[in-house]
Amino acid sequence: MSGVRVLVGTRKGAFVLTSDGKREKWEVSGPFFAGWEIFHLKGSPADPDRLYASQCSGWFGQIIQRSDDGGRTWHQPGTPPGEQNDGKPKGESNKFVYDTTTEMGKPLTTHQWYDGKPHPWEFKRVWHLEPSQSDPDTVYAGVEDAALFRTTDGGRSWHELPGLRGHGTGMKWQPGGGGMCLHTIVVDPTRPERIYTAISAAGVFRSDDGGKTWAPKNRGLRSATIPDQDAEVGHCVHRIALHPSRPNVLFMQKHWDVMRTDDAGETWKEVSGNLPTDFGFVIDVHAHQPETIYVVPIKSDSEHFPLDGALRVYRSRKGGNEWEALTKGLPQRNCYVNVLRDAMAVDSLDKCGVYFGTTGGQVYCSADAGDSWNPVVRDLPAVLSVEVETLQ
Amino acid sequence: MIRVVLPYHLRTLARIDGDVKLEISGPATRGAVLDALEARYPMLCGTIRDHVTQEHRPFLRFFACEEDLTHEPADAPLPEAVASGAEPLYIVGAIAGG
Repeated sequence: MSGVRVLVGTRKGAFVLTSDGKREKWEVSGPFFAGWEIFHLKGSPADPDRLYASQCSGWFGQIIQRSDDGGRTWHQPGTPPGEQNDGKPKGESNKFVYDTTTEMGKPLTTHQWYDGKPHPWEFKRVWHLEPSQSDPDTVYAGVEDAALFRTTDGGRSWHELPGLRGHGTGMKWQPGGGGMCLHTIVVDPTRPERIYTAISAAGVFRSDDGGKTWAPKNRGLRSATIPDQDAEVGHCVHRIALHPSRPNVLFMQKHWDVMRTDDAGETWKEVSGNLPTDFGFVIDVHAHQPETIYVVPIKSDSEHFPLDGALRVYRSRKGGNEWEALTKGLPQRNCYVNVLRDAMAVDSLDKCGVYFGTTGGQVYCSADAGDSWNPVVRDLPAVLSVEVETLQ
Repeated sequence: MIRVVLPYHLRTLARIDGDVKLEISGPATRGAVLDALEARYPMLCGTIRDHVTQEHRPFLRFFACEEDLTHEPADAPLPEAVASGAEPLYIVGAIAGG
């Protein structure tokens, strides 16, 4: 029987929500890693029981956790307690060290700080984990300060793909309000060597050779927060998403503006259309309808809550420009939560399920593609990320 | 034998109940204690001190014998009472809300 497993990262731990295909009754397990920030957890498309989680703390740094049984038990991949290698502990699974070799010919030491001054790269945390479509042991990690790492041994060791920071524009990247994070990784399912990343506040970058070389893909974006509003880099992209059947079409929620590209990022055009505000963080695509997309408009960059205190998902069935408000089951009064950039996901059941989590601790599910919504849980810690696995 | 008291989250991470008891060969210093601690519990690598610089993380403190040893050099001798196991070395998360 089909079902879903929803993976929720929060400010104070991880939760796993499970249901059958009806998505009406839910089992809630957790908190896992209680008290720690869980920025993201995600399952492997190649082995749904293989999960990875980013666990972090301002006190104790970054930890990578892995589950091989669908989230029932977790461990840090790598050396078990008591085992050593040549007299020295490994403990490599937590180790994210920037590549300082001259491999790319441009070892970078600084990016821009908020005031525009040079600032050294400092690793802070993993924002996003993107498991390979085909290999459960291969995972990409997007980190703050912005860089892309990869493991090919199930999370035991991580190595930077230095071509991204080294391609030439890194010294112009600057942090957004949440830090200078690489928060989105999208791998073209039909062409795995093509990878998109998005960085706040730098923009979108694409590699066509498995992450070795990169180029900015921000033509068409305009941002009032940079001196040259249509510059090659410097744009605060919040999230990008694609439908696997049309990998050259991507949708973007930028700081302000909802955008789309039909040519794999070569050019972007605005599709905000009739949205009441085009600021927001999340964007996602219906599992079976490539032109049906979802956003959650947020009032502004100064007021991170829904317009008029009414939580509304907006859906476009035409790939943007024409949007309809989805309100059934969502609070329409006195609601002042935010929906963060990694906190929306869709399942692939026949009637596409849509999920999102809020900074108020609610996780909402729509089992009818957005027409109506129900809270799965109401009182979790602030939700940082939501992913869903469709189980057969 | 040196006793180390870890903060709750690190005990949970390493699945430790109670104090950690470590044998140190050579001078009893904070660096030697952390070397021994990480050797026994590799999952703690990077949680107390930086992987590369080996500097302790900024929100951690080191106390013993009612003294703050946080700013002592890593290779400075620990108090005799710690070296002998009479008193523990406390690794403490700095107080902060959240």
